[in-house]
Amino acid sequence: MSVAATGPGPGRRSVARLVAAVPLPAGAGMARMLVRRNVTAWKHAWMTLVSGLFEPVFYLFALGIGIGGLVGAVRVGDTSVPYATFVAPALLASSAMNGAVFDTTGNVFFKLHYARLYDSVLSTPLGPRDVAVGETVWALIRGSGYAGAFLLVMALSGVVHSWWALLTVPAAVLIGLAFAGVGMAATTYMRTWQDFDLVQLAVLPMFLFSATFYPLSTYPPSLRWVVEALPLYHGVALARDLALGMPGPATLGHAGYLVVLGLVGMLVAARRLERLLLS
Amino acid sequence: MATTDPTAAPSLPAPGAPGVPGGLALRVLEYWVTVYRRTWRGSLASGFLAPLLYLGSLGFGLGTLVDRGVDGVTYVLFVAPAVLTANAMQIAVGEATYPVMAAIRWQRQYHAMLASPLDVPDIVLGHLLFIVLRTTLASIAFLFVGALLGAFRSWWVLLALPVAVLCGAAHAAVVMAFSARQEGDNGFNLLYRFAVIPMFLFAGTFFPITQLPSVLQGVARATPLWHATRVSRDLSLGHPDPGAAVVHLGYLALWLVTGVVAAVYFLRRRLAT
Repeated sequence: MSVAATGPGPGRRSVARLVAAVPLPAGAGMARMLVRRNVTAWKHAWMTLVSGLFEPVFYLFALGIGIGGLVGAVRVGDTSVPYATFVAPALLASSAMNGAVFDTTGNVFFKLHYARLYDSVLSTPLGPRDVAVGETVWALIRGSGYAGAFLLVMALSGVVHSWWALLTVPAAVLIGLAFAGVGMAATTYMRTWQDFDLVQLAVLPMFLFSATFYPLSTYPPSLRWVVEALPLYHGVALARDLALGMPGPATLGHAGYLVVLGLVGMLVAARRLERLLLS
Repeated sequence: MATTDPTAAPSLPAPGAPGVPGGLALRVLEYWVTVYRRTWRGSLASGFLAPLLYLGSLGFGLGTLVDRGVDGVTYVLFVAPAVLTANAMQIAVGEATYPVMAAIRWQRQYHAMLASPLDVPDIVLGHLLFIVLRTTLASIAFLFVGALLGAFRSWWVLLALPVAVLCGAAHAAVVMAFSARQEGDNGFNLLYRFAVIPMFLFAGTFFPITQLPSVLQGVARATPLWHATRVSRDLSLGHPDPGAAVVHLGYLALWLVTGVVAAVYFLRRRLAT
């Protein structure tokens, strides 16, 4: 917006040319207003927001206490770790995915077609890009809050042993970004609530099979590449590398996969929203 | 104008309503089946596929790590009958939350039904029958595929079908009563996070509740899901215990009856005034 404030000039013109070259839909750089709107709206339902933290915590205790008592140690690389330590970062990653997906599918669909929120938003200076960016930023703010709180629970339960684990919070934000982009892009193609069962169809198998609950080596070699293609696999692997304090070159690869996925999703989402809202 | 107001219609005398409460429930069932015939594809993911995915991931996958087995059987045999009942619960709760709220507030089918000769007991029992139908179909599919995968040990598991259906109906009735008192869907988030998911995780589905601290064991024993899972597991492992089953199923029936009575009461208070 600082560009808009300075008015036309040589700098402004080159920026305008640059913006025209990138296929970005219109926006006024005011995505933060949409974030503020969400903050205000959620003030009435803060219980729901806070309760979102409990789901991964329940999973952590069920798997840690319950399954952990049946399983014992799990081999990761050259070391063995207790089952709770193994599964906790995977739950952090899955919960980041779940939060981002549900925020940008069901919630956005409702606002798009029922509450008609974005029609009102577009009658203000905000543009479709602000909607896409604003909703994503809001999802990421929520996600980082959950991730931070969950990391605290992990630390208190004694499943964290490395300072690298602090980086699982930005990792969760990255996972959220990737899935928020894809989720919102998918939402623009949804026609009815029945289509959301398809979201479930994508999210649940990923949650269950992305080497979340047992190591990748459990799968026969012929199946491993399928798992390795799943976005959540990279999220889980990224969070697990960091939480166990054993980052390596592969860790960067996992992060890169998520960055690309997020950017592509965001671009598709913004363009589709523009077509849906401004045509 | 008063007669065209949908909320005013229920107070009018319903012509030709039969004396038996709930006697027209089959008419209501017909409505839900008609809708379902157009929307069943979506439910394949949640109702039919989800339990198989859980069985695959946690039963077969995680089971490879549980090398000592549980209670003397392999982990898959331990988990499969519990996934059956837990899935019945999940379907039932799903059908008794958002669709019920939609029928009260968003799409108002209940209001439309009340404007006909149907009464509140017909609506509750009819919707419940539909949920029973859905859990029955999903449970049959799961039993069939699970049997092909060798996840059950005994033919007694066929009797786990009515157990799962009763489990679903008991949860559906109570949740319907809960839904009848909600103003929006916020309560459903809390219901899922603080009742459904903890029950799914802690009520003996994935590990014996004896691994829980003793206080939580008491809580787990109070949940209807634990009772259903106990009976289902006994049957599937081939050592049915009729005496215990009567107690467990009686407990589920108690939930069912309480739920139906409460649902009728709360819905009547909400819709017919």
